[in-house]
Amino acid sequence: MITRQPALLVLEDGTVFRGYSCGASGETAGEAVFNTSMAGYQEIFTDPSYAGQIVTMTSPHIGNYGMNGADMESRGVFAAGFVMREMSRTSSSWRAEETLREFFERLGVVAIEGVDTRRLTRHLRERGAMRSILSTVDLDPESLRAKAQASPGLVGRDLVAEVAVRERFTWGDDMPSGCELPVDTGVLPVKPRFRVVAFDSGIKYNILRSLAEADCEIVVVPPTTSAAEALALEPDGVFFANGPGDPSAVTYLYETLRELLGQKPIFGICLGHQMLSLALGCDTYKLKYGHRGGNQPVKNLITGRVEITSQNHGFCVDFSSLGELDVAASGGLDLDPTDLGAWVSAGVAPVVLSPKFGPVQLTHVNLNDMTVEGVRALEQRAFSVQYHPEAAPGPHDARYLFGAFVRLMQGRDDVFAGEDEV
Amino acid sequence: MPRRNDIKKILLIGSGPIVIGQACEFDYSGAQACKVLREDGYEVILVNSNPATIMTDPEFAHRTYIEPVTPEFVEKVIAVERPDALLPTLGGQTGLNCAVALAESGVLEKYGVELIGAKLEAIKMGEDRKLFGEAMARIGLEVPYGAYAYTIADAEAFAAEVGYPVVIRPSFTMGGAGGGIVYNLDELREQVAHGISLSPIGEVLTEESVIGWKEYEMEVMRDVNDNAVIVCSIENIDAMGVHTGDSITVAPAQTLSDREYQVMRDASIAVLREIGVETGGSNVQFAVNPADGRMVVIEMNPRVSRSSALASKATGFPIAKIAAKLAVGYTLDEINNDITKVTPACFEPSIDYTVVKVPRWAFEKFKGTDTTLTTRMKSVGEAMAIGRTFTEALGKAFRSLENGRIGLGADGKDVFDELKFDRGLTVPNENRMFYVADALWRGRSVEEVSALTHIDPWFLDHVKAQVEVEGMVRQVSLEGMTADLMRMAKQHGLSDPQLAYLTRSDEKAVRARRLELGVKATFKSVDTCAGEFLATTPYYYKTYEDESEVTTATRPRVMILGAGPNRIGQGIEFDYCCVHASYALHDAGFETVMVNCNPETVSTDYDTSDRLYFEPLTFEDVMDIVDVEQPIGVLVTFGGQTPLKLARALEEAGVPILGTKPEAIDLAEDRERFADVLDRLGIAYPAAGIARSAAEAIEVANRIGYPLLVRPSYVLGGRGMVIAYNEEYMLKHVAEATVVSPDHPVLLDRFLEGAIEVDVDAICDTREVYIGGVMEHIEEAGIHSGDSACCIPHFTLGDSIVEEIKGYTRRIALEIGTHGLINIQFAVKDSTVYVLEVNPRASRTVPFVSKATGVPLAKVAARVMAGEMIADLALPSEDREFTRFCVKEAVMPFGRFPGADSVLGPEMKSTGEVMGSATDFPAAYAKSQLAIDYSLPSEGTAFISVCDRDKRAIVSVARHLNQLGFRLLSTRGTAKGLRAAGLPVTEVLKVHEGRPNIVDAMTNDEVQIVINTPFGQETRSDGYQIRAMAIRHGITNITTMEAAQAVVQAIEAIKEQRLGVSALQDFEQWVPPTAINGASS
Repeated sequence: MITRQPALLVLEDGTVFRGYSCGASGETAGEAVFNTSMAGYQEIFTDPSYAGQIVTMTSPHIGNYGMNGADMESRGVFAAGFVMREMSRTSSSWRAEETLREFFERLGVVAIEGVDTRRLTRHLRERGAMRSILSTVDLDPESLRAKAQASPGLVGRDLVAEVAVRERFTWGDDMPSGCELPVDTGVLPVKPRFRVVAFDSGIKYNILRSLAEADCEIVVVPPTTSAAEALALEPDGVFFANGPGDPSAVTYLYETLRELLGQKPIFGICLGHQMLSLALGCDTYKLKYGHRGGNQPVKNLITGRVEITSQNHGFCVDFSSLGELDVAASGGLDLDPTDLGAWVSAGVAPVVLSPKFGPVQLTHVNLNDMTVEGVRALEQRAFSVQYHPEAAPGPHDARYLFGAFVRLMQGRDDVFAGEDEV
Repeated sequence: MPRRNDIKKILLIGSGPIVIGQACEFDYSGAQACKVLREDGYEVILVNSNPATIMTDPEFAHRTYIEPVTPEFVEKVIAVERPDALLPTLGGQTGLNCAVALAESGVLEKYGVELIGAKLEAIKMGEDRKLFGEAMARIGLEVPYGAYAYTIADAEAFAAEVGYPVVIRPSFTMGGAGGGIVYNLDELREQVAHGISLSPIGEVLTEESVIGWKEYEMEVMRDVNDNAVIVCSIENIDAMGVHTGDSITVAPAQTLSDREYQVMRDASIAVLREIGVETGGSNVQFAVNPADGRMVVIEMNPRVSRSSALASKATGFPIAKIAAKLAVGYTLDEINNDITKVTPACFEPSIDYTVVKVPRWAFEKFKGTDTTLTTRMKSVGEAMAIGRTFTEALGKAFRSLENGRIGLGADGKDVFDELKFDRGLTVPNENRMFYVADALWRGRSVEEVSALTHIDPWFLDHVKAQVEVEGMVRQVSLEGMTADLMRMAKQHGLSDPQLAYLTRSDEKAVRARRLELGVKATFKSVDTCAGEFLATTPYYYKTYEDESEVTTATRPRVMILGAGPNRIGQGIEFDYCCVHASYALHDAGFETVMVNCNPETVSTDYDTSDRLYFEPLTFEDVMDIVDVEQPIGVLVTFGGQTPLKLARALEEAGVPILGTKPEAIDLAEDRERFADVLDRLGIAYPAAGIARSAAEAIEVANRIGYPLLVRPSYVLGGRGMVIAYNEEYMLKHVAEATVVSPDHPVLLDRFLEGAIEVDVDAICDTREVYIGGVMEHIEEAGIHSGDSACCIPHFTLGDSIVEEIKGYTRRIALEIGTHGLINIQFAVKDSTVYVLEVNPRASRTVPFVSKATGVPLAKVAARVMAGEMIADLALPSEDREFTRFCVKEAVMPFGRFPGADSVLGPEMKSTGEVMGSATDFPAAYAKSQLAIDYSLPSEGTAFISVCDRDKRAIVSVARHLNQLGFRLLSTRGTAKGLRAAGLPVTEVLKVHEGRPNIVDAMTNDEVQIVINTPFGQETRSDGYQIRAMAIRHGITNITTMEAAQAVVQAIEAIKEQRLGVSALQDFEQWVPPTAINGASS
């Protein structure tokens, strides 16, 4: 006999989605977003960047291969809740250690299944990401709508502090603070060639695994660490991580990054990309419904190659706000710096001049909506991408960026040269 | 950089006739390629011998050669057309092999033709397992451990090293032909010998068994800039050991964690890079050990494949179209995604539903063959279903199969072998999933069933969920069902008739109750992006959710019901008709709505019709679509028997049926009533009777006499049909016929021995009849028309007889109220014309007739059915001179079914057809034979052994062979007759007469041609052994006198080198009607 406990998801505009509880009982509020990845739910569920959000999985079957210790991307779950069409009752994999339901119940995560997730996705696509509430206890749509409207939302909110570590640790040396179970650190370098200070704003473990694989020793520091403290660790390079919330609210982090500019090679991913861009003086804005999935095509304007990338971001960088176009450095083309599609068609990476930090190059563009995916401050030894080269989940097409960081630390200029030896 | 401008003329090679392992998916891919290249301004030259394809429609290529897909003929086309490039990757293995042969023999170099899409080295590295294994080693990927064998001893040595089971894979055969798994020495010797003989290079790979491992396929695309994307991952439910064409498969992969999936993704792309597939689509297969995740590469196809078609339909990503664009220089980021229009094709589709493909087998046609599923493909078709969840899609796929079932069990039709129940689980077979469902219903655990079947527990748990919901439904009456339970049942893929069975009610009542409870079908889009972007292409599937996405139409809608999965008797020809109907009605201003569930076809391409519903063709599913689309009419006469069976029920439900009314269809099918019509018209027909019992059958037989044609009514492809020469045989088949079609009586006709059969396809607008074509058969009446060769124009019949046939056709069509297509089969015996059968619907020969005459019959018929008159369509005169003989020949699958008899009879067994054309009949016939890869011998020994009836007629054939230089070999009886006619003949022993006998001679390659007409009804006779051996050794094998005469003339035509090539566009008899224009898009 199949028995199910009803649950409700209500959006701030009053749209109601009925389903059944598939996690812990309770009530949770967050920004409703969707992710179109077809595999890798565990990595998504444990990605700290989802803090403050209720994540809908568009893939109808979730939990198929269970949960395991090795695929954790952080010490736990930071998202507010999850929505899916069907949660697998069993877990089928030699790697599985528990079922998804057991995992959610153990961690107290509220989740709902049986939802017409496609309707929800289409709704968010048309109306934009919005506040929502998910409940297994209050099943009154009107009451839930009021609660959703009263919930804080994401704009202007600093969620980094909630997810980041409070104490410094070295990847591989000891248990990261806050962890209860052992962490899969990946292959650690026997004799690291580089020391990297990584500012934690919700860093995914696979970034750390990828840096370690690139022969780096990584010291993970809390986001409030000062530039001086970071420099005192004598790093070869500094890394700025992914993280949740509104980038413009995390002023302290990009101010620290600005202090470090020019002093050490810098690499940023996702929120780290937004931190670099903000530090360079550009604006960020909120996308209507964000990029969340594992199939986003990104063109590398330096190599001309298209990468299929893993993404998770709701905010975006406005490249043209950095400064005037440097026509000579932009292949002699005087195209509109706001029309990234024109640059993609021309196959040229445009350069704008930041009054304070000199030339900044647009290196990567999203081919779906022609938004900024990567920039490089040419004279500051700093570059960043909006997407996730560490994948987990998603394709490995952009792994070369860790090699690019290494080249930057080696003092080389041909950072995106390709996949040659590093 | 985009588009190569240095190429102007591109040659495409099609895949030839439909055979097992190579079906209409290559028409789909080839048609897409032709269309896209033509749109892009290239001149397209096409060679394909299969007239039933859309790609050979004259609008698709600039020059269309319906000629044999062999190096010899393609070279002739190259010499005439002088193309700049050859695109070989869209015509299946046949097209690829032909291209390789042309490249290796220097023909391409000689004429300056560049291979595009795949280079010779890449093709060879992908196809040659040895080179492939070495390539994999270079990039650090594992393949199953194996060794090559050229002799049986080699294979024995390997088996001694690794132990059994051992996998046998002959090199360079299609669809895994000749491959298999062997468990002991005897099997090894037999399989290896067979494999070596089938392999064009006499080589087989012996390999470590990975049976029971999980099997995956990745569909990859790569462009000249090295951008690569995975279009789709496919997981096989049946573990390794069952050919993927015979496996139930699911998209996307369900039981891989992202880590494992990405390793497979990286490996797939690395494989393409290493093999050197510069542009286009490839398919890479993997096996994964479920115990520890060890992954090995099984194989890759450096071309568009069956799985590519499936992946295209499953995701909405048009692989073939994009492969063609990549081949001419475009990069993935320069091509737009057709479905979203705004995003690029350089991405990986994300799908928010689940797709299940289930193969359709036809073992009932091949009695005596082994029905175990192995690494050698045996299915003849497939159905695909889309549902939100796996359970839903699985149920839908099972009710799409057209096998009399209405889903996965729960229909009261399960018949299990209780004594060997577990064997039904452990040995892969066509009914295994029914055993699985029932085992779970009987309370056996998922773990236990998984251990027995090697099916992943995740899939089994979903079958179990279906079974659990069935249990809940069983406990209540229909009235007792709540909206929640009803919705749950529908979401678990249970059909209305299944619910009727479970609640002991009927389908109508279930539907009424369901709608009363407010459980309505919803329709979702296939959009490549899981809803992330707005999609405008109306490609829908049904599910039970909150929101339906169907948009309102602006023009009146006509719905076309497709033909469902390919099976013997109902194949690509009917899909061709549906596609043509859709094109024609679109052009006439209607919005066309296609419903079909066959992923291989052109009809299920999202840009064939204005709207596409990928749905089963059942009353329930069709009605749900009718409810949302509200068509002004539904076409049921184009998709063969599948939609025809629904006609009555749809009409009763108030659905407007376009064209010939179900009443008229029934009238033609009803023997007694139809006999009255013929009597009234004064037209002759063979004495006939109807029997509903054995006693009635005996009474009828005594009245009309033997031989008798025994057949069930309401079947297609002559299912269950036999010729009976005596009472015992007749009664046995009457009993069987009632199993095939239990609700309908058995028909008994006097069999006209030695008559000439004639097929006519015509169109009637209720006032006027247009004769599309009169086809004279080569085989005598009694061979199913689908299995016999025929010719347009007639080649032996007198013009007055043909006029009489045309006149009868007009009178019958008008008399029964035909509105649209009609097919009539006649038999001419002693100058009397008899009507054998009338079918007021599209027939299998419509595409052939259209290709031979230039009149697109299906398009004309669709327009007529929508209200236009023949007189207004300016069709070419029926009486115009036909200067070109076009021969249609059937392609038989006997090589796939060792053990089954290959004698032709009234039950259809062919899978496909080819056309050969020339200005004389023998040359046309010769080309039709060469097109089937039956290379006719030009010298050697002919073995002749015929039944008494044929002993006189064979003399002239034997004399002709003797004149052509053949030695004659015969068994005693036939030899006597030949010697009496003064012919030199050597005698050989029959099998039971001792050794060395005829089978020994055949085994020793001492015989090049066999003419062996059947001896009465026994099948396990000498004749059977001879025919079986001929198939095994690829010896030209003829079982009818008429074919023998035609073959001998054909050999003469070949020896005289009279076979040229010509494009359809040059046929003089082609006067394309201007009112019916070309392919729409």
